[in-house]
Amino acid sequence: MRLFAWPELGAAAAAVLVWIIFAAIAGPPFRSLEGTAAVLNAAAPLGILAVAVGLLMIAGEFDLSIGSIVGCAGMSIMLLTRHYEWSLWPAIGAAVALSLAIGLGNGYLVVRTGLPSFIVTLGTLFVFRGLTIAVSRQLTRRTQLGGLDEVSGFGPARILFGSDAVGPFQVSVLWWLGLAALATWVLLRTRFGNWILAAGGGPEAARKLGVPVARVKVVLFMTTALAACLVALIQAVRFTGADALRGEQQEFRAIIAVVIGGTLLTGGYGSAVGAVLGALIFGMVQQGIVITGVDADWFQVFLGIMLVMAVVFNEFVRRRAMEAR
Amino acid sequence: MNWDMGIAGAGLALALWACAGVETPERGTASGGDTDRSTVRIVVLSHGQTSDPFWSVVANGAGDAAREMGVHVEYQAPTSFDMVRMSELIEAAVASRPSALAITIPDPDALAPSVKAATAAGIPAVSFNSGDAASQRLGFLAHIGQTEYEAGVAAGERLASGGAKHVLCLNHEVGNVSLDTRCRGLADGLAKQAGTMQVLGVRLADPEDAAQRIRSALARDPAIDGMLMLGPGGAAPALAALRETGRLGKIAVGTFDLTPEALAAVRDGQLLFAIDQQPYLQGYLAVVLLTKYLETNAMPGGGQIIRTGPSFVTRENAADVIALARRGVR
Repeated sequence: MRLFAWPELGAAAAAVLVWIIFAAIAGPPFRSLEGTAAVLNAAAPLGILAVAVGLLMIAGEFDLSIGSIVGCAGMSIMLLTRHYEWSLWPAIGAAVALSLAIGLGNGYLVVRTGLPSFIVTLGTLFVFRGLTIAVSRQLTRRTQLGGLDEVSGFGPARILFGSDAVGPFQVSVLWWLGLAALATWVLLRTRFGNWILAAGGGPEAARKLGVPVARVKVVLFMTTALAACLVALIQAVRFTGADALRGEQQEFRAIIAVVIGGTLLTGGYGSAVGAVLGALIFGMVQQGIVITGVDADWFQVFLGIMLVMAVVFNEFVRRRAMEAR
Repeated sequence: MNWDMGIAGAGLALALWACAGVETPERGTASGGDTDRSTVRIVVLSHGQTSDPFWSVVANGAGDAAREMGVHVEYQAPTSFDMVRMSELIEAAVASRPSALAITIPDPDALAPSVKAATAAGIPAVSFNSGDAASQRLGFLAHIGQTEYEAGVAAGERLASGGAKHVLCLNHEVGNVSLDTRCRGLADGLAKQAGTMQVLGVRLADPEDAAQRIRSALARDPAIDGMLMLGPGGAAPALAALRETGRLGKIAVGTFDLTPEALAAVRDGQLLFAIDQQPYLQGYLAVVLLTKYLETNAMPGGGQIIRTGPSFVTRENAADVIALARRGVR
């Protein structure tokens, strides 16, 4: 039972396997500090999303709207600063409030209607992507806005969200690891964490035991929206602008990362560390293939094969560990 | 289970190995210079996917140059137009320590940090296709491509000599700086013969809507006697609008870039010309020039733009270009 309580064991083994494969084939460039940074920097935004999505999936729900929230929050910041000439920090505050409101709306719709969150958030995925494109076209006739570095308040934002924190590693990596630690603590050490596991494991039983399942889910939907807002902010600051299409398909990548990390699609079982490892595997495969020098024509083939292999290996290790107990 | 995993892993590793030319460079016919060309590895990194005909031609140019030069070339691109992913690709490419890099810069602000890291790492790099204005500032050795303004001017001169005085500039992405620059060039080219230009924004995602907008613009102003499409996607709706208003063949029409439809329209005399920025040369020259740079430290252009266009496809040469386009080199 003790190893079963470690959902991330298989993912950790898969991560090591993937690393060894690339380290052997791509050689020193992959193992170098630069190569490691290329992997971690690419994995960080996905990782931030995956940690939040992981918690939500453990509670038994999906959020497909986060990719759209990344685009929406990023464009909100750009529109407020460049079109309405706000300074940066109030605009960030507004984007955070907007994202939380979207998350609240998602959560409320799901718990109120009892519809599958897959459907509800698929709807909001389209609504907010569409709104982002329509509103930014209406106001500026463009879907890409730049020049955030000329906005007052950019300096501190650059340090917090867009700097190279340690050597070639971006500050987003610190956000990712920090949030993962926080999520792990919440999940394993707090009452709210127990509620999350209970809400996903058996919502009816949990409700009878007095767990506020609806409230837990709404809070988690707000958390995923907030994570999406953070990613939007990091990318807007780093690339000094935003694009209405940014974050497209990130919702699926986040779910993939969470599942690679050993969280069950059905909920009730999983971990934040697993989500971190899932994002790490995704980043290693994505960047490792380029570092190895595989032509772009073949990229998706190997991405797909490596991801399936990682999950199969993960399952294999986990089953072995469970048999051994 | 154990064996399956082992076999699958070994198989994948082998396949990766085979595809990754890094470990198995093809021996080239090194001619002159001290550099062993079989060890030269050039990464061509663009924002366009090879599933797009235009970028397929670019990749063909780079591939042909690789064979002729005996160097190894990898073509990398994000799976969709995505600046975030593109900057990650640049980072991965730099980490792989290539001999040289060729990069497109569709959004200089977004890509500047990753690009500067590449040039700062001492990897010889040229920019191509897009980013002519930012190329020098970002530390590239040269830029290979078509300059938007000059192409617009040349188009304006062609339309003017085709008899056009009042020309519509059909812009499918109002606000895209490089497209706005083309319209500006068009205006200046026309002005040389006292012609005028007005911009009409169209949405190519909806060809019917585009055709209707063009129709009403033509109806509103009967003086219009010329049109320039900024992308070949505009050709079909524009030709439809002209046909419906009975003005096909009566006004001079040109387009940017080549598609089979646009080329056929040029051959049949419905379009006066199609502007070819010669994407094949963008990929080809990038690889050739970088290979020679590695051997001689010499680079043409003096830090300026090495122009691959505009070249004009007209009725006279359309049939030839159509044949070449089938081979994927135009």
